[in-house]
Amino acid sequence: MPRLIRWYVKMAFVWLVLALFLKAISLFPDGASLPAITPVSWHLLFVGWLTQLIFGIAHWMLPTKPGATRKDKLRGNERLMWGIFLILNVGLALRVVAEPMQIVQPNPVGARWLIASAWLQWLAAVGFVANSWGRVRPPVRRYKRQVADVR
Amino acid sequence: MPRLTVWYLRAAFVHLALGATFGALMLSAKAAPSLAWAWAWFPSHIELMAYGWMMQFALGVAFWALPRYLKPPKRGDVRPAWVAWGLINGGVLLLAYGPMLGMEWTRTAGAVAESLAVLLFALHAWPRVKPLGV
Repeated sequence: MPRLIRWYVKMAFVWLVLALFLKAISLFPDGASLPAITPVSWHLLFVGWLTQLIFGIAHWMLPTKPGATRKDKLRGNERLMWGIFLILNVGLALRVVAEPMQIVQPNPVGARWLIASAWLQWLAAVGFVANSWGRVRPPVRRYKRQVADVR
Repeated sequence: MPRLTVWYLRAAFVHLALGATFGALMLSAKAAPSLAWAWAWFPSHIELMAYGWMMQFALGVAFWALPRYLKPPKRGDVRPAWVAWGLINGGVLLLAYGPMLGMEWTRTAGAVAESLAVLLFALHAWPRVKPLGV
């Protein structure tokens, strides 16, 4: 398993543990009243765990780019996927901090962090789609024949 | 990758991009009250992310990865899986956008379409959940 994929999968596990920890806290009467605990724990589960795991495994398992000769180009833009990993996790971490902060005491810093969190996660999703779109394709042999047919 | 998986995965990518856009607008609204209108998209966000993105991606990969038959057609009768693709995406569109357009009937129609879709997909996939080489 390539290094980048290991980071995606291990980080997904980290968020999964945190998500279930927050869920457990929310089951106690005092925990349920903590600000934003429900939306944060849901998003840790669905974005931090599931979506990040899908991103990592898909980047690993999807067909490689046809005609790519350099190892770092086989799976599309490797640097872009490192960037996506970074902004997805920074975005999520910002949400964990800023969302409760905005509820307890709204302030300009928390507001900026929350907006940054939203659009960093959005950018990660769109970046993943952009990098993976061309790799979702029929087998190369059939693909080449189709291209030839079109020509 | 079979052609049907290409359709499932690419449709899932489209729903991911749209669902993430609605999500980003709603999260921004928590910091910028001028974006409060974005909360009307909450049901669409859930629909697009849970069913349009995650479920559809899982079904598409399952169609690709489940064991194939020794004799052609290698993936059995693929027609139910194709119909399921149409119903999933029709259902997601009806549930995600119908209520926004004031068409309440789309909730029922969308839910029925999605239920039929997973039933058809399960009918296709059920016999393929088998030991290899059988």
